[in-house]
Amino acid sequence: MAKQFSRREFIKIGGLGLGGAAVGTGIAHSVLGGLGTSPALANPVLSGAIDGVVSTTPTVCEICFWKCAGWVHAVDGQPWKITGNEADTHCNGRLCPRGTGGLGAYLDEDRLRTPLIRTSAHGKQAFREASWDEALTHIAEKLQKIADEHGPECVALFTHGSGGSFFKHVLRAYGSNNISAPSYAQCRGPREEAYTLTFGEGVFSPERTDIRNTRCLVLIGSHLGENMHNTQVQEFADMVGDGGSVITVDPRYSVAASKSKYWLPIRPATDMALMLAWINVIVEEQLYDKDYVESYTYGLDALKHSVRDYTPEWAYPITTIKPQLIRETAREMAHHKPATLIHPGRHVTWYGDDTQRVRAGAILNALLGSWGRRGGFFYPNKASIPKYKYPKYPTPTRTWKDAYPKQFPLANLALANGICDATIPSPERDCSFKGWLVYGTNLLMTLPQPKKTIEAIQNLDLLVAIDLMPAEITGWADVVLPECSYLERYDDLRVSPGRVPAVALRAPAFEPKFNSKPGWWIARELGIKMGLEKYFPWQNIEEYLESRLGGTGISLDELKKKGVINLEERDPIYFEDGVQPEFDTPTGKIELYSTQLEEYGFDPVPKYTAHDRPPEGFMRLLYGRAPMHTFGRTTNNPLLTGLMPENEVWINRWVARLLGIDHEQYVVLVNQDGVRSNKIKAKVTERIRHDCVYMVHGFGHSDKRMRKAFLRGADDAQLVTRVKIDPIMGGTGMRVNFVAVEAA
Amino acid sequence: MARYGMVIDTKRCVGCADCVVACQTENNVPEGFCRDWIVEALDGEYPDLRMEIRSERCNHCENAPCVRCCPTGASQITDGGIVLVEEAECTGCKACIASCPYDARFVHPEGYVDKCTFCYHRVKEGQDPACVAVCPTKCMHFGDLEDPHSEVSKLLRSRPNHALIPEAGTKPKIFYLT
Amino acid sequence: MQEYTITSGRNMAHIDPTLSIWGWEVPVYLYLGGLVAGVLFFSALYFIRGKADEMPTVVRVTPLLAPILLGLGLFTLFLDLEYKLHVFRFYTNIRLESPMSWGSWTLAAIFPLSLLWAAIHVGKVFPKWRWPFGWMDRMVAIAETYARPIAWSLIVYSVILGIYTGILLSAFNARPIWNTAILGPLFLASGLSTGLALNMLFSKEKNELHLLGKIDVMTIAVEVFLIIHMFMGFLASAEIHIQAAGLFLGGPFTASFWVFVVALGLLVPLLLELLELRGRIAATKIPALLVLAGGFFLRYIIVEAGQVSTWGL
Ligand SMILES: Nc1nc2c(c(=O)[nH]1)N[C@H]1C(S)=C(S)[C@@H](COP(=O)(O)OP(=O)(O)OC[C@H]3O[C@@H](n4cnc5c(=O)[nH]c(N)nc54)[C@H](O)[C@@H]3O)O[C@H]1N2
Ligand SMILES: Nc1nc2c(c(=O)[nH]1)N[C@H]1C(S)=C(S)[C@@H](COP(=O)(O)OP(=O)(O)OC[C@H]3O[C@@H](n4cnc5c(=O)[nH]c(N)nc54)[C@H](O)[C@@H]3O)O[C@H]1N2
Ligand code: SF4
Ligand code: SF4
Ligand code: SF4
Ligand code: SF4
Ligand code: SF4
Ligand SMILES: [Mo]
Repeated sequence: MAKQFSRREFIKIGGLGLGGAAVGTGIAHSVLGGLGTSPALANPVLSGAIDGVVSTTPTVCEICFWKCAGWVHAVDGQPWKITGNEADTHCNGRLCPRGTGGLGAYLDEDRLRTPLIRTSAHGKQAFREASWDEALTHIAEKLQKIADEHGPECVALFTHGSGGSFFKHVLRAYGSNNISAPSYAQCRGPREEAYTLTFGEGVFSPERTDIRNTRCLVLIGSHLGENMHNTQVQEFADMVGDGGSVITVDPRYSVAASKSKYWLPIRPATDMALMLAWINVIVEEQLYDKDYVESYTYGLDALKHSVRDYTPEWAYPITTIKPQLIRETAREMAHHKPATLIHPGRHVTWYGDDTQRVRAGAILNALLGSWGRRGGFFYPNKASIPKYKYPKYPTPTRTWKDAYPKQFPLANLALANGICDATIPSPERDCSFKGWLVYGTNLLMTLPQPKKTIEAIQNLDLLVAIDLMPAEITGWADVVLPECSYLERYDDLRVSPGRVPAVALRAPAFEPKFNSKPGWWIARELGIKMGLEKYFPWQNIEEYLESRLGGTGISLDELKKKGVINLEERDPIYFEDGVQPEFDTPTGKIELYSTQLEEYGFDPVPKYTAHDRPPEGFMRLLYGRAPMHTFGRTTNNPLLTGLMPENEVWINRWVARLLGIDHEQYVVLVNQDGVRSNKIKAKVTERIRHDCVYMVHGFGHSDKRMRKAFLRGADDAQLVTRVKIDPIMGGTGMRVNFVAVEAA
Repeated sequence: MARYGMVIDTKRCVGCADCVVACQTENNVPEGFCRDWIVEALDGEYPDLRMEIRSERCNHCENAPCVRCCPTGASQITDGGIVLVEEAECTGCKACIASCPYDARFVHPEGYVDKCTFCYHRVKEGQDPACVAVCPTKCMHFGDLEDPHSEVSKLLRSRPNHALIPEAGTKPKIFYLT
Repeated sequence: MQEYTITSGRNMAHIDPTLSIWGWEVPVYLYLGGLVAGVLFFSALYFIRGKADEMPTVVRVTPLLAPILLGLGLFTLFLDLEYKLHVFRFYTNIRLESPMSWGSWTLAAIFPLSLLWAAIHVGKVFPKWRWPFGWMDRMVAIAETYARPIAWSLIVYSVILGIYTGILLSAFNARPIWNTAILGPLFLASGLSTGLALNMLFSKEKNELHLLGKIDVMTIAVEVFLIIHMFMGFLASAEIHIQAAGLFLGGPFTASFWVFVVALGLLVPLLLELLELRGRIAATKIPALLVLAGGFFLRYIIVEAGQVSTWGL
């Protein structure tokens, strides 16, 4: 094992491309004990008006994937602040803390500065700085070689983020369709499939949840308020403010739990039992929406039959939730129907039976008649902005799915972990991946089982990382390409579904810093070097955008002035009386009983299967979000690190006392396979059950060059050495790891 | 004369700290310092818990000890009862810091004492303070406590509320709806 | 069970987790202020009572140190300022409500007085002393004719100065452990006591030493009385004052306060002085040194503890 790993060494990008000035700041920083001075923000004079000329540029936030539109304000060209765009329904003029702190992405002195190429000299691997021309030529040659020797299908793209669309285009033009994002098999894949199986449509992003009109909101894990997806939180606050009823199922007293009428501190990994018991009560007590169920759904009888034995009394010893409470909450949900929303969740890859668990929630929603109804799920409008007309892509002869014959029949998108596995040659597979392009995703922290990811990387002929920061993935790359931040570039139009169809623009507010470049430029230059000129008829991004907008009656100039334009043509977002809705399922109905699952040999109605419990001395490792950070991408952001410099591990007070661990004491987590975490502070609290611990994902960076984030807190991904794969769509259940807590 | 204050709805606040970042960029608060901050106050024992989440800052006290103890007059009460520090007059003696029961003040790296200004520069222009304007849950309200028709006055009349450490006798002007 | 967490913002230098805005500088300033107050008070007092010859150390010798010590104190205060260039701002305002302003104006008055006072006495202490300029001689001569009024104002100002060193802190309602009216008298008593101790260090006259010892025993007794009352006051007061007192009664400052301030700084010298006065043991400089050290620890610990003590949640 160890030997294999040495093929490609992890290189700390350090030093390279850092001018003297930057090193100088570094020293100043350490002398000043880390306090240092503020990033170079414009200084509005406090007591008076802002001194200087204020300019505003429209942007679309890239700190997470909600894509709020905002304004970048500069004073005499110096960055000042970012605010939300009032016209935008993704934010209603108010960004979340990460978006407000987005300037930090631009200001970060630790950013990648110039292209880097891995070299080997005297048996030691290192990076050298390269010009764009050289780096892109190098990549193009390597890609040509892989295409010649193995076929272009042996190259995969991992992408998460706006600029990725241009790289998808390059890859397709090159002849591969192996495009994957961690937002599928590590995130919302099971949800999309479960809802598609049930209602014939997914939930999408931003979610089509009508929370602002919901009267009873059921959150199963979804930790709104910590999960800071903007309008979702805004609507959550509105409904709480209006006295709406919230039922939160979470082993932890989350922020949402603190706003709830009912908090059900469930034993982790047993949610399915609770949901089946709820279905049982709703069916047995006939609390469902009879007309709706009768006219729109398929399989009520089979469902009834199937949940017969799942009584609250049965669920009690499994979930530790009292039968009375299960009944009471089921009645509460029924009372408010159809304005009751069983939130579909977003990050749902928990225990390997995730599609089924989420489907149980979908069935509840169907029973209560909330799909297509006010306060439930609405039918989003899509903006009709045509795609750019490119020549036809070559047809790939293979896809990633060929590596998994007969497996994951219902996976509609590529599995990031699947591509990773299929990169490690094995006798069963006739081909393995030879090249990866990695855009805006830090696979080492993002995919479970990081050791496996490294093993896969060892088998590549080419790994290109296009990133903003010297994230862990870049240390394993052969070529590192520094993209400029979202504040320094144009990107493709934001066209996303919602109550109101809209188009939004990201325009550059500043010149790219250092030797970084926008994604569109990198993709285009690379495409040209690869001989794919015909796929890049546009000369620059403005031309591309103008052309996409052509025919809509909107000009790029107008969009630059407004940032967001809400389109007029809209369809009703709820079912209308007298109009029979169609559902894109085999039966044309909402499938309580899934005919597709039946066809593929899975349970057509969810069934309960027990999950392992933590062994003696161990607790289940749970993880989640902090409102001011997005995964690992903000933990070095100079404006956001201060708000939460490191993560803490939540330990129940009673357990901590038994273990002799004090509040704020540093501890180490050791998982069932003996993997040890970096040291992390203990948050000793009443706010969590005794059988699990909790931490925020995205901390414990191991790359020194992220000076603010380096070894601050611990990385949960490291401890995820085991996963449970969802047999239906291949998602990686990651909450199946157990840890012991030791004093650091 | 207006008497400005804030009313913050703790039912809506999710503790996201957007108000903290917004203040930081709006007012160029140096790294490592803040004019506002978030408190989570938990009460009870598992599983019977209650939690209040609060965005806190200088309370612009009517009976402001920081103003009284300032030897130079740098700390002062301006229009609308807003407590400000005039940096040109501040010696950095820190008496005002010691006098504030809320620990709302800090020494700016340039030497003078700094704290929340209620975004005086915005309020003068008729805008809400930056933290109020940014809050995604719209849980913060800013306005004239003197005016019975202001939103803040109405909220105070209609909802139970409390201020922080009233026992200290500073007459704080930020109220938390519960 | 209550959990109180500041989840973001904060963790600011010198504010979190507890206030640490004042390090050694302010305690030294308060200490030297109190010491000088003690020195000048007794000097002026015995001068007025015509004891200049019987008590030469008290009336003439230690006052020579007063402006130097006061200057040092002012310098440490200056060191503590975060905006040193703005130091002049103390003197562009008179803020009657601000103890700090009172203090700066008191110092503005007492510092020149202490210089004059030293000038009046320096010639007597060092017979060979010569002023470099003639106008200085003339000035000192004029001052000498006003020696009594100067002495009276010194008495007034030194009492103000001594009390001020305590009031400065006790005015901070925000810090429960400081917020007691006893701090003024206590610091005054402590200032007088350290002033006496400084005299005891320098005095070679038996009678003078004896008298100094007698007064010091009384001031120490007063101090002990005030400390007991301070704690009784806290414990009979509101919850936060009880909590604040807890810092010294089982809390983090218990050992340092009771050992360094009360035992070594007050009780041991008290005992030694009593024994010396009764002739049970030979007179040494030890009690004086202990009192001087104890006086400093008193201020240092009180300043530290005050910064830790808060209204809580
Ligand atoms: N601030 C911020 N917001 C974000 C993100 C971010 O990085 N930062 N990321 C965004 C993205 S991409 C996603 S996918 C979403 C994810 O956000 P959500 O979909 O809301 O995340 P969850 O998977 O529900 O996980 C978190 C919660 O699940 C609870 N939990 C853990 N195990 C169990 C269990 O067995 N049963 C139950 N009932 N609860 C359990 C945890 O205690 C925690 O409160 O957040 C989005 N929003
Ligand atoms: N252990 C564990 N694993 C998880 C999760 C978890 O909670 N715990 N969450 C899962 C979920 S829900 C998701 S959605 C995924 C998210 O996984 P990722 O999207 O991989 O998460 P990030 O950490 O945000 O990684 C983003 C990378 O993009 C870079 N970046 C930021 N801005 C730009 C830009 O403008 N251009 C370019 N080129 N790069 C940029 C950052 O520097 C960083 O390296 O992770 C999944 N994996
Ligand atoms: S939710 Fe926050 S981080 Fe995400 S896009 Fe909107 S403002 Fe940016
Ligand atoms: S921005 Fe609003 S919701 Fe967020 S912490 Fe501040 S007050 Fe609370
Ligand atoms: S909160 Fe503190 S700083 Fe603000 S006015 Fe009151 S005492 Fe002064
Ligand atoms: S630090 Fe400045 S504002 Fe504060 S009391 Fe001293 S002079 Fe006044
Ligand atoms: S009112 Fe202005 S200065 Fe005060 S905390 Fe809010 S944003 Fe900061
Ligand atoms: Mo996600």
